[in-house]
Amino acid sequence: MHETAISLPVVLPEVVLAAGTLALVLYGALRGERGSNLVNEIAVGLLGLVLILIVAKNRPMGVTFYGAFADDAFTRFMGAITLVGSLVTLLLSVEFMRQERIGGFEFPVLILISTLGMLMLISADDFIALYLGFELMSLALYVIAAYRRHDLRATEAGLKYFVLGALSSGMMLYGISLIYGYSGSVSFSAVAEAVHDHASIGVLFGLVFILVGLAFKISVVPFHMWTPDVYEGAPTPVTTFFASAPKVAAMAVLVRVMVTAFPGISNDWRQILTFVSIASMVLGAFAAIGQRNFKRLMAYSSIGHMGYALVGLAAGTVEGAQSVIIYMAIYVVMTLGTFAAILSMRRQGRAVETMADLAGLGRTDPTMAFFLATMMFSLAGVPPLAGFFAKFYVFAAGIKAGLYGLSVIGVLASCVAAYYYLRIVKLMYFDEPAAAFDRPAPVARIVLAVSALMILLFVFLPSPITNAAMAAAQSLF
Amino acid sequence: MNGSWILSGILALPLVGALFILLLPGDSEATKRNARWIALFTTLITFALSLVAWSRFDPAQPGFQLVEERDWFSHAILYKLGVDGISMPFVLLTAFLMPICIVASWTPIQTRVKEYMITFLVMETLMVGVFIALDLVLFYLFFEGGLIPMFIIIGVWGHGNRVYAAFKFFLYTFTGSVLMLLAIMAMYWTAGTTDITVLLKTHFPANMQTWLWLGFFASFAVKMPMWPVHTWLPDAHVEAPTAGSVMLAAVLLKMGGYGFIRFSLPMFPDASLYFTPLIFALSVIAIIYTSLVALAQESMKKLIAYSSVAHMGFVTMGIFAANTQGVQGAVYQMISHGLISGALFLCVGVVYDRMHTYDIAAYGGLVQRMPLYAVAFMVFTLGNVGLPGTTGFIGEFLTLIGTFQINNWVAFLATFGIILSACYALYLYRRIIFGVIEKPNLMGIADLTGPEIATLLPLGLLMLFYGVHPQPIIDASAASIDQLIQGFQHAVTATRTAGL
Repeated sequence: MHETAISLPVVLPEVVLAAGTLALVLYGALRGERGSNLVNEIAVGLLGLVLILIVAKNRPMGVTFYGAFADDAFTRFMGAITLVGSLVTLLLSVEFMRQERIGGFEFPVLILISTLGMLMLISADDFIALYLGFELMSLALYVIAAYRRHDLRATEAGLKYFVLGALSSGMMLYGISLIYGYSGSVSFSAVAEAVHDHASIGVLFGLVFILVGLAFKISVVPFHMWTPDVYEGAPTPVTTFFASAPKVAAMAVLVRVMVTAFPGISNDWRQILTFVSIASMVLGAFAAIGQRNFKRLMAYSSIGHMGYALVGLAAGTVEGAQSVIIYMAIYVVMTLGTFAAILSMRRQGRAVETMADLAGLGRTDPTMAFFLATMMFSLAGVPPLAGFFAKFYVFAAGIKAGLYGLSVIGVLASCVAAYYYLRIVKLMYFDEPAAAFDRPAPVARIVLAVSALMILLFVFLPSPITNAAMAAAQSLF
Repeated sequence: MNGSWILSGILALPLVGALFILLLPGDSEATKRNARWIALFTTLITFALSLVAWSRFDPAQPGFQLVEERDWFSHAILYKLGVDGISMPFVLLTAFLMPICIVASWTPIQTRVKEYMITFLVMETLMVGVFIALDLVLFYLFFEGGLIPMFIIIGVWGHGNRVYAAFKFFLYTFTGSVLMLLAIMAMYWTAGTTDITVLLKTHFPANMQTWLWLGFFASFAVKMPMWPVHTWLPDAHVEAPTAGSVMLAAVLLKMGGYGFIRFSLPMFPDASLYFTPLIFALSVIAIIYTSLVALAQESMKKLIAYSSVAHMGFVTMGIFAANTQGVQGAVYQMISHGLISGALFLCVGVVYDRMHTYDIAAYGGLVQRMPLYAVAFMVFTLGNVGLPGTTGFIGEFLTLIGTFQINNWVAFLATFGIILSACYALYLYRRIIFGVIEKPNLMGIADLTGPEIATLLPLGLLMLFYGVHPQPIIDASAASIDQLIQGFQHAVTATRTAGL
């Protein structure tokens, strides 16, 4: 891998996305509401194009913009997952936005801007680029969270997210300035050299502040407070987006920062991550038990899942990084599938989202029930579904790194969590049917079916994912 | 290699059958009938294929045979199958019982027949997989995967408090197993592979063995189930449909015992020796305490469920006696219990289908109206008691001989279990079969039908045949067990001399 001053081919996907987004803003502003359908379609096409560019093999890898952005196997893998998240969210949103009459060209554009921020965040190789990407992503997310602006819950969620988010961004920026002050550089590799294996108190504070900012975005305990409210209050496609793409991006940059900027002081950040991981797994398991709202349940579920992913990062090894990558890939598929099912829950033209609404789905809509049950068993981590292998890899990495306590607590938490996933299966299959749902939109049905099949069939062909994840992890070390 | 597709075939066939049933359209009577027939044919062919595997199997060889190996997870985890003398009988037992379960579900299951048959076929694949997997992760996959179909079977087609029972079953076994998963990972990082054939030759440090043993113990003890983590079993049994109970008692419970023999004993010999007193204590408590609990039951199914726990006590006791008779007896006892408890649950199902209650008090004097049933129930009750001439006797006798050489107090106490089993089994029999019919609704009860005879007869014949002629089963597993015991003794002596 070589470093260049400015090389456009290396950042071609980002450039294409930025240019396309700007063009769409212009078009949307000129055409107004009438153009929103077309904007949506073009946005989907644009994301698809960027996805192809990212996974294209013949594009050069390297570090560019004077060391600000790194394009390596890790960037590409995580970027691809993020894009899948954004792309599927957009696909799912079309029908919902039309039904709820909250369409508008702004939504796809905001998604695109946020996705651009994520791609920058994932490829960031110094702290300035990291912050740029982070803020670009976040600002768009704040607006998206409050997108249904006449709805009381949505505005509350948006405001909550914005206030807490701004605070965490501020802390992160302060952390970056501390790191810069104490190490004399913002580049990850230079910081790693300057810090070496001894963290001065300033670096330590900087590290903690940066962790806080990123922990907020992946919503792990104790920075998770916004999650249930935003998940429940925001329109479902927005929730889908929050649950998938930004988490992948933030987790990716968390892995990169820890592994490339602070490799020498891994014992220091391992303590923090271990605590955060345990707290998230346990809270995610217990707090979800009492939930009635499916989206709120998924909020706690996602807190727990980020906790599991952090087990791999806490290991701090190349296997650990690989396991986080695999975990995020499988997590995104499961999340998108589950939210596609939630989007399909409509009765008489109105969206319903309590779990009791799923009662007897096994009889009223056997196909959807089967796929959703697959998702639930996979989220619970029951073999032979993909969710099991996600957990398998993170705990295997944890065991190898000697994190026995963390691993034991983690697997026991997953047993508690299994209870509420099973409850959804129980509602669908064991209970008497409630009224049937409306015919779901074909897109939601296809997304659910495709993701469920991926989860089901992963066991037969796992090597492409695990090998690619290994290559991605190795590019960091 | 010659015939190396057979085991994969046994795994794949039920899935193919399930796929066919899935493609059947609609929910009409014809569809239900077709689903049943497809399931029956699939399980019969699978059984035939397992007999082919049996004919290719050379019992004189102690090692794994019919081995298949393919790369699976980036060269680290393998898709590896094979059978030896210990696993072969279990494969046959599972494949043999499946068609019986399908026939037993023929008339009782009338709702969601398609889904029922699919779930059963998927479960067959997973159950057989447990016994033939030669990679620990693959084993775990089958071991845990089996929870999903069983959870569904209890929850959807069960009765009464089925939701509670299904959750209890799932969460108990799931929690036990995740600790085993961590142990598997630790073994992987130590040995660099999850290939069971390699791990059987790997020596783990004594300190590590203790933790690994405990991890596996957590899983197998729940599955077995051993006292005091057996409480999920009576609930699961009572609420499950008849065929579900049969599979639960006859096959799922055997996975724990199989795991102890396959993994705990040969891979962690030092830890096994260290924990033998614990196992003996728990086994004796299981044998005596749960027998007494069985005596007090008012529900037929619960009584048989508790008797299963007691009989599994003999198995754990025999295994950790760690000599040829003990382990041989444990294997024999498990096969025997598979036949007998399966048959007993079928017998209970027969009257449940007619009267829709498991309450013992609701019956009495059935011999007046159901002479055939009385005979069948008698035969299996005596098998359960362990009367000489039935397989039950041989299994219990061998485990007792094995244990007696190690610890005669344990053997002495366990003998009470045989007496107690006679008490509760015959007491149950008397209350249901003998006496005069007092309940007016029992007057019209009909005797065994053709399909019911067809399910009970093969079980009875096998039980009696192997009861008087046990040699085939013993010969089949002898070579493998001898090798296992030799390895165990060798490892234990080596540690002892190193310690001195």
